[in-house]
Amino acid sequence: MSEQHIHEPLMDMFIFETTQLLEQLEQAILNSESISTYTETSINEIFRIMHTIKGSSAMMMLNDISLLAHAIEDLFYYLRDIKPNNIDTSTISDLVLDGVDFIKVEVKKLENGNTVDGASSSIISNINEYLSMIKQSNITEPMNKVFEAVIFFQEGCEMENIRAYTIIRNLNGFAKKISCIPKDIMDNDESVEIIRKDGLKLYFESDYTYAKLNEFFMQTIFLKDMELNQLENDVVYMQQMEDSEATEFEDIISERDKNNNLLNVKKDKDKNKDKDKDKDKDEEKDKTNGSTAQSIISVNVAKLDQLMDLVGEMVIAEAMVIQNPDLVGLELDNFRKAARQLNKITTEMQNTVMSIRMVPLSTTFNKMNRIVRDMCKKLEKEVRLKIIGEDTEVDKNIIEHISDPLMHLVRNSIDHGIESSEERGENGKTKVGTVTLTARNSGSDVLIIVSDDGGGLDRDKILSKASQQNLLIKREEDMSDREVYNLIILPGFSTNDNVTEFSGRGVGMDVVARNIEAVGGTVYVDSMPGKGTEITLKIPLTLAIIDGMNIKVGNSRYTIPIISIKESFRPSKKDIISDPDGNEMILVRGQCYKILRIHEVYKVKTQITELYNGIIIMIEHGDKTICIFADELIGQQQVVVKALPEYIQTFKTIRGLAGCTLLGDGSISLILDVAGMINM
Amino acid sequence: MADVVESTVELEEDTQKDRYLTFSLGKESYGIEIKYVIEIIGIQSITEIPELPEYVRGIINLRGKIIPVIDVRVRFKKEPREYNDRTCVIVVDILNISIGLIVDSVSEVLTIPEQDIVDPPQMNTGNNNHYIKNIGKVGNEVKLLLDCEELLSEKDMENFSEEL
Repeated sequence: MSEQHIHEPLMDMFIFETTQLLEQLEQAILNSESISTYTETSINEIFRIMHTIKGSSAMMMLNDISLLAHAIEDLFYYLRDIKPNNIDTSTISDLVLDGVDFIKVEVKKLENGNTVDGASSSIISNINEYLSMIKQSNITEPMNKVFEAVIFFQEGCEMENIRAYTIIRNLNGFAKKISCIPKDIMDNDESVEIIRKDGLKLYFESDYTYAKLNEFFMQTIFLKDMELNQLENDVVYMQQMEDSEATEFEDIISERDKNNNLLNVKKDKDKNKDKDKDKDKDEEKDKTNGSTAQSIISVNVAKLDQLMDLVGEMVIAEAMVIQNPDLVGLELDNFRKAARQLNKITTEMQNTVMSIRMVPLSTTFNKMNRIVRDMCKKLEKEVRLKIIGEDTEVDKNIIEHISDPLMHLVRNSIDHGIESSEERGENGKTKVGTVTLTARNSGSDVLIIVSDDGGGLDRDKILSKASQQNLLIKREEDMSDREVYNLIILPGFSTNDNVTEFSGRGVGMDVVARNIEAVGGTVYVDSMPGKGTEITLKIPLTLAIIDGMNIKVGNSRYTIPIISIKESFRPSKKDIISDPDGNEMILVRGQCYKILRIHEVYKVKTQITELYNGIIIMIEHGDKTICIFADELIGQQQVVVKALPEYIQTFKTIRGLAGCTLLGDGSISLILDVAGMINM
Repeated sequence: MADVVESTVELEEDTQKDRYLTFSLGKESYGIEIKYVIEIIGIQSITEIPELPEYVRGIINLRGKIIPVIDVRVRFKKEPREYNDRTCVIVVDILNISIGLIVDSVSEVLTIPEQDIVDPPQMNTGNNNHYIKNIGKVGNEVKLLLDCEELLSEKDMENFSEEL
């Protein structure tokens, strides 16, 4: 028992840290893959992350994770030190991502309190196999390109032999079997003359491209003329070697090293400077590549919730003081002034606390990179993910709810939306499809738009499927395009005839819609045949504090979010229509709306049952509007949304109730869930 | 190490051991283990919540905390009674769920030693038998000792959802 106590916080820390590191890792790998090379910075980053995971998992006695991390670390150690040139970025990414997935699964198990039982041995052996493969291929594969370079220095630059030596030394970094004429540059004074006259002739093997080598030689100081040739085959090269009595330069270097330590240090420094410059460039590149790491302290969400609750209490307490029944009818100028000041501060404080809970969407968006990549590989499509507005912030609670829907939408877009490369070519589109994720603020909502430039939705196909599955409520001819497209959100709907690994079962869009509705949002589908599909998620910024209108029914109070209220009015008798089933409707400016009597729905006793004695409140959600009937309006107030007690929730979710809140007088008001009410 | 921890826990519990808060419902007197009880408050204005079983009266605001209240009378299928100034709400914390129990009146806190507690008689006909964990003897009276966890048991909730 005592042992458990010591471990728990550590375990929490481990889970938290590892999850974050894995996200970084994934990002680094995907970035590297997109530029199809592993830069030194990213290799170092991956290496470092793997090293950390290895250490911490070993400490937590998670051997499988630690061994796997070790294997990946080995791989990147090799990449870092040997810098082999024939690596296949996508194979490595596959291997590492496999590993990442494994660790993720294991960490998830830990999080849920299960025992970690996955075996990583197969992934490890895959990695080791690949590592030994590239190791071998790097040893046996000769650097088959042979070059000849003739270098002339400017006249009068002096010390040609030392300059030649410098070149050869630097060249040593990326070429092998360097030989030169004249052979004993440093020891023989005559060599200076030879270089002046005939130039410095170099023969070497290198697998760098001609252009790269050319660039290298052109950087030489006091260079007058340079000729670089790639020799066709080894025979010529060998002949020339023999003819020219060229010497293996490595011997010279080792000899010279002893004497010229000082010189070397200086040169190394120069070299380092160059390297640093390169590094800087890399880093800049990385920055622009959208690494969104911010300086952040991680705070337990529970603490934030508590703070939020406290601020909520304060708002309520403030209302209790200011709206105190004892003050009614009193003229209190100074009190009112002070109260306004208090109100200002509490509002500001509320906003600040809210902003703490706001998290940018970038993490959620960036996760989609991985999905796009995996799907492209599996489905053999070429799709690019474009992300716009990932800095847009939403409440932490909401983020958790939109991650899954987004994943579904992106999958759908790639699987159903984007056509195969050939088909795209035929239709005169670019070969590579684009899926765009856009986020932007719009009033108190956030719009998240997933659009693709694929084939778009097929109206006829949707209609025929829908009628097959009995999902049609209207006649086909009466439906607008938009209505038809929105059919795809219905549960059980799928136009894809084949169920693939990714989609086609017809649960996806339904889940999306339900998840989004759970946070009070709506889903719209729009499409242009042949041009693409656009799915918009409209999500409220926050759920915790809302502007509400309090209404009264009998002795009960209810709160309706102000955003969803269109208008409220006292109806006149002649506008009210009822059909034979007893359903009541009201005619407002030529439009007919359904009336929902709260006292009937919730069986509340009230004196006011005649519609023209009470008040009608018109509420809208998405594109649906209904009228609800209440006794009277009490007033507008900012309310803190509280969940109904757990005990109540265990019975069932009550239709049309989103939660409850405390009013100024300490009584409880039930918050109406507009989306739920409309679907009643 | 573990032993030490256990014994301290026991020491802490000692003051609450065998102590029961007794309350009355009609003629009967019930007891509830004191360790569950948070506080006793007078009856408050209750906000009704629709679509719940009758015994769940609604929710109350207890200093900013919203807790559900259940009427124990109705829960035990007795005739409901008008609330008066003797009516009390016993706020209990059962398995980390705070809940208010509406009772006719609260009597006192009693110590009922273990030897005076007996198992309830087996009744084949009794409906609400399972809420009574034990029967405690105090002088000539008997106190029905409630099984708090059973009071909120999921068994009952399942029945409820079936009824719907």
